[in-house]
Amino acid sequence: MSYHSFLLEPISCHAWNKDRTQIAMCPNNHEVHIYKKEGSNWNKIHVLKEHNGQVTGIDWAPESNRIVTCGTDRNAYVWTLKGDAWKPTLVILRINRAARCVKWSPKENKFAVGSGSRLISVCYFEQDNDWWVCKHIKKPIRSTILCLDWHPNNVLLAAGSCDFKCRIFSAYIKEVEEKPAPTAWGSKMPFGEVMFESTGTAGWVHGVCFSDSGNRVAWASHDILPFKSDPAQTFLTSETLPLLCVTFITENSLVAAGHDCYPVLFVYDSNKAALSFGGKLDVPKQSAQKGMTARERFQNLDKKATTDSKEAVLESLHKNSISQISILNGGKARCAKFCTTGMDGGMAIWDVKTLESAMKDLKIV
Amino acid sequence: MGALQAVLKNPPISTKNQNVKDRAEGLVLKVLSSFKSTDIEKGVQSLDKNGVDLLMKYIYKGFEQPSENSSAVLLQWHEKALSAGGVGCIVRVLTARKTV
Repeated sequence: MSYHSFLLEPISCHAWNKDRTQIAMCPNNHEVHIYKKEGSNWNKIHVLKEHNGQVTGIDWAPESNRIVTCGTDRNAYVWTLKGDAWKPTLVILRINRAARCVKWSPKENKFAVGSGSRLISVCYFEQDNDWWVCKHIKKPIRSTILCLDWHPNNVLLAAGSCDFKCRIFSAYIKEVEEKPAPTAWGSKMPFGEVMFESTGTAGWVHGVCFSDSGNRVAWASHDILPFKSDPAQTFLTSETLPLLCVTFITENSLVAAGHDCYPVLFVYDSNKAALSFGGKLDVPKQSAQKGMTARERFQNLDKKATTDSKEAVLESLHKNSISQISILNGGKARCAKFCTTGMDGGMAIWDVKTLESAMKDLKIV
Repeated sequence: MGALQAVLKNPPISTKNQNVKDRAEGLVLKVLSSFKSTDIEKGVQSLDKNGVDLLMKYIYKGFEQPSENSSAVLLQWHEKALSAGGVGCIVRVLTARKTV
């Protein structure tokens, strides 16, 4: 596990390039900084300054090497690398509230933007006009879309929103692709069709993720962590602070992180159709126990009504909430490394192999 | 102990009648304050996960209107329920749309 602290400001969002040597991130302002790893240092090589509002979402398409960014100025820009500089192209999203999250589709011919104006904009490039065109998915979304994830078939899109639901939509654009084959979620997929809508959660949906095969989806809601694998739906009530982001690392295991500042593993058992807590993935070093004087004990009792000698310092790697997890190596089927960024301005890279050996009963199925 | 189970069994979550909710809250409060301090832990253990969530909802409702001695009793229950339900239990109380 390695931890690198970029700045003091929170990192709003980040994205990696294809070979994982460069990371694009927004330090909670209008710009996007691109850092390149040289040796063991991270050097800032580009600053992309086009947005007028905070950049809320970044995604880097690995094959076509384009970056799409969206921000609170209600715009999205597609950046292409020309020579040594990134050139932006404006995409008119036709929204009247801030854009909240953006994701390239797996084939990189479309991207989807979730926004506060209660709709999802699906944008594709029209060759004739040399321009990005967008189509809206409006019904039946009742509130801000907080997170998006594409199904591997390039057509289905899972969206979690503030109206307490996670939905799977079809984002089939007939101009850029042919009809998709039937999936576990349904076979007729006209644009904007709701293939699945969740029930039962009572909190905002902060993070959503499809599994590698696309047959399972998990989402992190403010109160619990639900999981749907056709046909069963199950959930796990968490005993910790709310989780903000979730991702699959194999077909049966999820890693999620949130306000508790450490990533957590969950394992799904398909025989029992149950989700269970796998373990905390951040084992702090045991600091030497200093002996407590009687005076300190009395002070603790007076101030905090406890006789423990625990200090108020967080022992986890991240010192503030973790807001985004991304997979570095191995894809969602057999992830080997993943990266988390958070509100403390730091980025940590976690290696699955060393985690497995460090925690004896951790089982990543 | 039996009284605790009974009073938590059918919570008036969906009713729109405020009177019903108030009376149920009063009853729960009476049961909670009649427990001895040492028995509180056993009482919490006898509840399942949903029961602990429900108990936490009533505890917070009780905090809203403090009377003579209720806050002290409620705080003791809160401590035990917290160790059983964890912080997630409190988050669920805050996000639940159907209040007790």
